[in-house]
Amino acid sequence: MSEPQQPDNSIRPEVKDQQTPSQIAAALQRQHPEWVSEVIEALGEATIIVPRERIAEVCEWLKTSPDHEFNFLSDVCGFDRGPEEEPRFEVNYHLFSTTKHHRLRLKVLLNEEDVHVPTVTGVWRTANWHERETYDLFGVIFDGHPDLRRILLPDDWQGHALRKDFPLRGYEPYSLT
Amino acid sequence: MGLENVIAEALPEILTTRLDSLINWARKSSLWPATFGLACCAIEMMNVTSSRNDLARFGAEVFRASPRQADVMIVSGRVSRKMAPVLRRIYDQMPEPKWVISMGACATSGGVFDNYAIVQGVDKVVPVDVYIPGCPPRPEMLIHAVMMLQEKVMKESVRDRRDAPDAEAREAITPGTLPITDGSTLREPRKDQPLPYTIASTHEKRRSF
Repeated sequence: MSEPQQPDNSIRPEVKDQQTPSQIAAALQRQHPEWVSEVIEALGEATIIVPRERIAEVCEWLKTSPDHEFNFLSDVCGFDRGPEEEPRFEVNYHLFSTTKHHRLRLKVLLNEEDVHVPTVTGVWRTANWHERETYDLFGVIFDGHPDLRRILLPDDWQGHALRKDFPLRGYEPYSLT
Repeated sequence: MGLENVIAEALPEILTTRLDSLINWARKSSLWPATFGLACCAIEMMNVTSSRNDLARFGAEVFRASPRQADVMIVSGRVSRKMAPVLRRIYDQMPEPKWVISMGACATSGGVFDNYAIVQGVDKVVPVDVYIPGCPPRPEMLIHAVMMLQEKVMKESVRDRRDAPDAEAREAITPGTLPITDGSTLREPRKDQPLPYTIASTHEKRRSF
């Protein structure tokens, strides 16, 4: 790993204590090594792969830790690598700090047989709809979610539309082609 | 609608051609569209009523937000699977006589959206009178469609729009099923599976064949 570069504060000079993603990843690895499976660095971004059972704890720590203050969850999204891949599914969490202006990506890997993830709605309430969307389109079950219903597709829909093995025109009788 | 039923019952053997032309002239001269803007075609639909294009010249400028007061539903944009039951309900809420203009490639055939989310043509949900091609159509094309619809209205008879008999109506409506029809169940009713939710007015049956 190369020397962590210093964050560029030229755009918002009033923002203090901004850290690069690799600095945050290093801090997390130093303080809680059991929470970090792997750190992937590319293009100035860091992706932390987190064990599935730990994701809510990691998010809670990153939000409350005074060094990081990730008070904003930009995005939760799913990803399907394809039915032949193992692990097949990813859930990505994009975090942002409105006070310190740094960003981080967390990633959870899931096998097809067991697509369960603990919910992070207890950390950020905005995760509610993001997780519903991920459930709707990928079929990932968020354990502990207060209201895990479909959000985009009709309530009586069969299947999960963004999975790689979902037919483009859908299943009968919904295809209407 | 009441008028058609009254005429059909009171004058069962009288030709009503002169009355038809009077009623049709009144109807075609003030077609009130229901706003059903679904996508970018709706921008062109709004433009039609602007000062440059001025649909008021043809008596169809009064866009109504309530389907209860509308005659024409202009479906402007792609109809998603989730929107289809809503669209069908809006159509059912419009009083007879009513017509539908399918505006643009997406409403007509699904357009480029040949996928699970988009209904491949709004005529699978409601009967369509006039189709407009284009992506989106120009306002002149929508004006042309309204004028074509006016010609079509002039050819109708008031007898076409009387209500279906009660028994027929009850058979056609199955509560709780999807308000989607592809026309096939009207041709040959399938007894083994629930019928789609189709409106029981004679004119729709006639036009669906």
